[in-house]
Formats: sequence, structure tokens, C-alpha cells
Amino acid sequence: MQQQRDYVLRTVEERGVRFVRMWFTDVLGQLKSFAITPAELENALEEGMTFDGSAIEGFSRVQESDMLAVPDANTFEILPWRGDETPVARMFCDIAHLSGEPFAGDPRSVLRRNLERAREKGFTFYTGPEMEFFYFASAGGTEPLDRAGYFDLTEMDMASSLRRQTILTLEAMGIPCEYSHHEVAPSQHEIDLRYTDALTMADNVMTFRIVVKEVARDLGVYATFMPKPIAGAFGSGMHSHLSLFEGDVNAFHDPADPHGLSEVGKHFIAGLLRHAREITAVTNQTVNSYKRLIVGYEAPVYVCWARNNRSALVRVPLPKRGKESSTRIEFRSPDPACNPYLAFSVMLAAGLKGVEGGYELPPEATNNIYEMSPEERERAGIGQLPQSLAEAIDEMEGSELLAETLGEHVFDYFIRNKREEWNEYKTQVSPWEIDRYLGTL
Amino acid sequence: MTGPLLVFPDPPPPLLAQALDLGGYTWKAVTNAAVAAQYEPLDGWAGAIVVSDTDPEGAFVVCRALRKRDAAFTPVLLLIGGRQLGELEHREDLFDDFCLTPFHPAELEARVRHLLWRTGQGATSEIVEYGDLVIDLETYQASFGARPLDLTYMEYELLKFFATHPGKVFTREQLLSRVWGYEYYGGARTVDVHVRRLRAKLGEEHAGLIQTVRSVGYRFGQSRNAVGD
Repeated sequence: MQQQRDYVLRTVEERGVRFVRMWFTDVLGQLKSFAITPAELENALEEGMTFDGSAIEGFSRVQESDMLAVPDANTFEILPWRGDETPVARMFCDIAHLSGEPFAGDPRSVLRRNLERAREKGFTFYTGPEMEFFYFASAGGTEPLDRAGYFDLTEMDMASSLRRQTILTLEAMGIPCEYSHHEVAPSQHEIDLRYTDALTMADNVMTFRIVVKEVARDLGVYATFMPKPIAGAFGSGMHSHLSLFEGDVNAFHDPADPHGLSEVGKHFIAGLLRHAREITAVTNQTVNSYKRLIVGYEAPVYVCWARNNRSALVRVPLPKRGKESSTRIEFRSPDPACNPYLAFSVMLAAGLKGVEGGYELPPEATNNIYEMSPEERERAGIGQLPQSLAEAIDEMEGSELLAETLGEHVFDYFIRNKREEWNEYKTQVSPWEIDRYLGTL
Repeated sequence: MTGPLLVFPDPPPPLLAQALDLGGYTWKAVTNAAVAAQYEPLDGWAGAIVVSDTDPEGAFVVCRALRKRDAAFTPVLLLIGGRQLGELEHREDLFDDFCLTPFHPAELEARVRHLLWRTGQGATSEIVEYGDLVIDLETYQASFGARPLDLTYMEYELLKFFATHPGKVFTREQLLSRVWGYEYYGGARTVDVHVRRLRAKLGEEHAGLIQTVRSVGYRFGQSRNAVGD
């Protein structure tokens, strides 16, 4: 600890860092930040910085508003987009009460707690999300920058240089990227992050979103992680590759199994499937999220798993020969507007529940489930993901698993907040309704 | 005026004591690392002369203890027998120079003088260089030429370890224990993840400095083919 602090203090001095940004995340997944000067840094590392938590979504009530932000020296990074002239650095913070006790409303501590539970069982949880997003000319509308499609090599266009600049910035911040390509919809892009432990990855997702937005802003355009900005086009998902390791051994891999999937892996998938409806409010937390989870756009709608069917909720990608340790499962419903700390927490909890309970894995969905009739699906035991935020919240509210995973504080706040969001949405009259009804009724 | 030299073992070989006295050095002989710590002057030992031909194990223990301290860096001169040269392998980080026994008093004195001169230069011994890569251990800063690298603490520690052991292959387990410490939980996967992050930060041009040695681990340095180009 002491050495890490010395490292941070010394680097700030040597590089002439003028401000250190303290980053943390509210319950809804918005990045929050305040800056401190190098003079305050030593004290911040020792004791944390007090701030008024009452203004933060999902944090404390007014009468107990003073909170501590305790920076995690491990996460110290210089922000590459702030230039060399007056370097600015950031650290992720854990939020605590003034007494030093971790604050139950801090999503980072929710994830830490769940990772600790997994660790008690000997598991480390690794995640690798595929981040999809759109570039638009401005935040005011959905005017695309290009009209290219999936894997199109669009030379000379602005989006390619945007993506290149974004990846260079991410790599400079120690966030390695795996693939990046043009996605299916116009102006839609995908950058895949290489797997790492879930806490670091949740930090990385927060960093990723701000890097993408900052780079876009520098070039005068707007980047968005809104799940479904354009009706009739593909939405943006955050397909998440998940794996559990026991020490150095991939707990999902079993060479004896014809498909290379271990019992732990099978139970984990079964857990995800059985609790999928309960965790959807967290992995897909906006009204708009449910405009993406519809038939026809490669987004999952039905609760099933498959090896090579991209409409399934859980996909088990075939590992390359000789790369068995890369055995993993892909959970395809989350979208990039989620709170990554909470989303990884609930995915882990649902999967682990399956492992603990020895849930049996239902048979693989082989036919294209979209072509099945509702009766056929019911016979095959294939359920459906919630169709709206309201339905998802109802599911969540009845879930013991979610209350336990998120803790009462976050659980209650989340449901209250999302109900309000839904109620507000309900009162709106959409352009579709005007088009459809005004002229005829 | 420098502080006393640490000498191991106690009593030292008579020829060594004589050479040091003749050279005008103050020195203190110790029997082990604990005694060395006990007698350590406030501003640290000026340097250490460790004789390893009679008790190699004890000698390396003393070297290691000197290296692990938080206080100022101590130059270590190792006196070893010709047949022991093989033992120096993998122990490069434990000494700064060595001298074969039986030694010539003039050579010994020249080496001690040079070691002390080097430490007197302050930071020079606190710099690790490999090609364009420079790591200043004093300020924790790594750079390629004029371009500083922005590293997290663990990335810095990993790079420092690699750069001080170029050309050697380390398994993930070795790296985990040497860089992270044994108590670190999370397994060797942690090493892969950090190597990837470090490569990303080194940039395309230098990412190849950390090579994956298939089914073994990692090696730092230019690939064999590139050396001498």
C-alpha cells in the first residue's frame, strides 16, 4: 500500500500533474468526478476526501450527506486526452461513511462484495464486454456520419479515424482492445475489450465510455451508448463474455466433455437462464433498452442458450483448438447504458446461484427460436425476456437474489428510481401515436 | 568522508582486513544479516564486501537482506572463488561487482574505490536502461527517449522487473511471486492481463519487447534475430 501511494505521489510530482480527478459512479452508472490538487493528494490517499453525497443519485439522504471518497491507488492513470502541458490524472474511489465503513450505495463496493463471495468459493470472475455505440453529428439528433455496414472498411471517413484515435487513447490508459469494426447499422461501431477481472473491467467500461465521448467531442461529433437510437436499425449491446477461474484453471472448461464445457460452466449458464428475467432491469436499465430487445435485430428476446446461434441469450463460443483456457460464455442481453459494476454483479450472482444450486442445464436451442410458434416455445420451456422496463422492474422487485446481490440500499433505490422513470415515460405521447391516430381518429 | 563498510563474515579473511586497513577504510565485520542491521550507522553503510567462498549460503542471505532494505542503496562487492562463478547466475540483482579470490589487494582496492565513486554519483545507480527504455528507480518514471510512459504501479513494477532481467524467461508463477508477492490472489491469469496492458502502453513499436514464450511464460528484450541488426 505504502509503495503504491509513494508511486502515485512521486509520479504526480515528476510529471507536474496539476489536478487529480477522483472518479466514482452513482447507482445509475453515471461517472461522477471532483478534482483535487496535488497538495491534497497525500491526505486523500491516507484518509479519503469528504464530499457531499446528498447530490449523488442513489447516495445518502440529506441528514447523513457527508461521505468519504477513498482513492484506489492501483487505478492511478494520467488522462491522455488532457495533453502534456497540464497533465491531469484520475483515480477510481471507493465510497465510505465518515466512520470508514464501506457505503452500501456505492456500486463499486457492491461488485467488490460479490467478487469476495465468489472468491470464498475459490473463483475469480473475468469479463470481456463488446462495446457497441453510435456516432452522430450532434447530441441533438441521429444524423449518421456514414452509411457503411458490418465489417465495411470505410476509408477516408471520419468514423475510422475516430475509432483509431479512441483505441490509441484506450491503449495508452492500459485498456487493451481486441477487435474494432464497423457494426451493422449506419454509424454504429464496436470495440471489444480484452478480458480482465470484473472489478478492473467495470472501471475500464466507465473509462471506455468517457474516452469514446471525449475523442468524439474533440473531433466535433457526438458518441452515444443509447441502446436503440434509431428505430428500424440494430441497437447497441454490451455482449459480455464471462468466465470463472479456479486459480489458473478455467472452471468452465472440461476436456472430457464433448463440447468442452464443465459442470460448473453448465450450472452457471443454467443460473443465468433461470434468473435472467430478474436481472434484466439491471443489465438493461432504460426505457429505451427494451426497444432493442425485440425480434429481428440479432438481440436476444428468448431465454435459451446455444453454441452457435446468435439469437440465443447465452451463447457458448467454440474455443480455438489449443486455446481451451479461453472457454467462456457470452451473455448477450446487456446494453452499454448499464451500470457495469451492478451488471457484472448480477450476472455473477445469477451464475453462481446455478453453480451452488446445481441447476440443470436445459437442452440447447437448436432451431431458430424466432421461427417457432409461441406454443412450440412454451413446449420447449423457452421463456421470454421482459418486454418493458416496467415488466423488468416487477420481476426484479420479487427477486430475493437481486435484493441480496445489490444490498437493500441499492435494490430499493434502483426500483424506486426506475419506477419513476417508467411513470414519466407513460405520460408521454409519442410521434408514432400522432402519426398513427391523429389523422384517423 | 564516507561511513563504514560492512564486511561479511566475522572475522573476515586476514588479507581482506589488512587491505581495507591499508586503504584507509573504516569497516565493521558481521556474522549475519541481523547483526548487520543492528550495527547499521544512521546514514547507512557506505558499501558492503561479502566474502562467499567459505559460506556461500550465508553470504547470499546477507546480500539479499541488504537489497531488501528501504534505506539508501548499498553497493555490494562479492568475493567469490573461481569455481563458484556458476552460482552467480540468477543472482545478478544481489551484487554490483565481484572479485575472484584469491584477490590482489590492489585490484580489490580499485574495485571498492570505483563502487563508492559510483554511489557517490547519486542517481546513476538508480537508473535501469534497455535500448531506448529508461527507468528511473528514484522517481518511478519510465520513458522511451523523451516520451514518458504513464504506468500504474503494478505495470511499473512489472516493467522494472523485466528490464532488470532482460533475456531471461520467466514463468507466470515466477513473475507472480517476484513482482506481486506470494500472497497475491488471482492466479497467473493476472500476469497475462498485466502483460497485455503493459504492451498496450508500450505501443506498437515497443510492444514486442515483452515476448510470449509459448507454454512457458514471458521474456523481455529484443528477439534474438533483432539483436545486432
